[in-house]
Amino acid sequence: MPIHLEIVTAERVVLSDDVDQVNAPTKEGRVGILPRHMPLITILVPGELDIIKNNERTEYAVSGGFMEVLPNRITILADAVERADEIDEERAERARRAAEERMSAHQSEVDMAKAEAELRRALTRIKVAQLRRMKKQR
Amino acid sequence: MASGREIRRRIRSVKNVAQITKAMEMVAASKMRRAQRNVLATRPYADRLHDVMSELTSRMGAAARKGTLLDVRTPVKNVAVVVVTPDRGLAGSLVSNVLRRVGSFILDQRAQGRNVETYAIGKKGRDFLARSRQNLAAEIIKIGDTPGLADTLGISTNIIEGFRQGRYDEVYMIYSEFVNTLVQRPAVKRLLPIEPPSGKSEGKSFDYNYEPDQSEVLSELLPRFVEVQLYQAVLENIASFYSAQMVAMRNATDNAKELVRDLTLSFNKTRQAGITNEVSEITAATAAME
Repeated sequence: MPIHLEIVTAERVVLSDDVDQVNAPTKEGRVGILPRHMPLITILVPGELDIIKNNERTEYAVSGGFMEVLPNRITILADAVERADEIDEERAERARRAAEERMSAHQSEVDMAKAEAELRRALTRIKVAQLRRMKKQR
Repeated sequence: MASGREIRRRIRSVKNVAQITKAMEMVAASKMRRAQRNVLATRPYADRLHDVMSELTSRMGAAARKGTLLDVRTPVKNVAVVVVTPDRGLAGSLVSNVLRRVGSFILDQRAQGRNVETYAIGKKGRDFLARSRQNLAAEIIKIGDTPGLADTLGISTNIIEGFRQGRYDEVYMIYSEFVNTLVQRPAVKRLLPIEPPSGKSEGKSFDYNYEPDQSEVLSELLPRFVEVQLYQAVLENIASFYSAQMVAMRNATDNAKELVRDLTLSFNKTRQAGITNEVSEITAATAAME
């Protein structure tokens, strides 16, 4: 019995699909959600989000947000999310450096907040990409 | 009456204008559709956030709100207002409608003895605030046609911080609400303190488990609610801008076409008058010779 998963960001609906299991990084540690889980609302932290469907695993990098779990439905409200295999580690690294540079340049608070958000996102992407590499090597 | 050649030149130039405005109309129409889609795309996120928030706040007393972004403070001494406008004009009365609203809002707040600090998203609002020597705390300009949430975080983070530290007791935003293609309304909305959603989510109340706990989930949730509200206002402003521009350009095209018609008529009249004149001269000359 699958469970309906929806991943949405402020910009768009990223994914809407029936899946078998979701493993998410929460503030209390990683949790695995199967169908007919009890209702739950939890805070997501930056990390790797696994979705398992028909014994196939898809990985996403999520940079924080919330997860709402109902017996037959999971909604993930993500700050930013992308498929792990679409992450370009070099590009993420460049984005991280650019964001750090801008933060150290001591600009106005407005630019700082944007740079901070970008930095957080880049760091998540790098972390997830590295995790994937390590897994492949094993 | 102007000479035939002069009128012909004017007809040509008006036709050129009509071509340009027609092209601008079509560009605005396609950008408007895209902007409308972007506005709709934020709804699922905002609606879920809204539902979860109403779950959490419905059982909350005034005491529990203290120290959160829901805290209503009296008396209100310091307010901030975020002015969301387009970067460009050529959109009919859209910009001036919003700016008029901004002006009366600021005057009204001052009349109540409140200090007003302003933030600007969009060049038109920035210029207005700078010109009228308002206290401009920060600005974001050239945000583009499809901004991401991160592009607006600069200001939302700032106002949230300001509210937490007590620099602001209330924060408002003023923007062009997109009602439909023909109607855009200047809207004033309070961002902070957050108005707890009163609409009970249609009875589908679940007994959620909160991890780590309710108050922590709420404290993560509330800033996002502010962020997404401001982001939605920015997107609506873009949709409003392109609709207004489309309509303004359509009117301009219609006016130009009418002008061409009028000019063509007077051109023909001049021509006709010239011919009549010549004929009568010739007739008169012939008559004189006989």
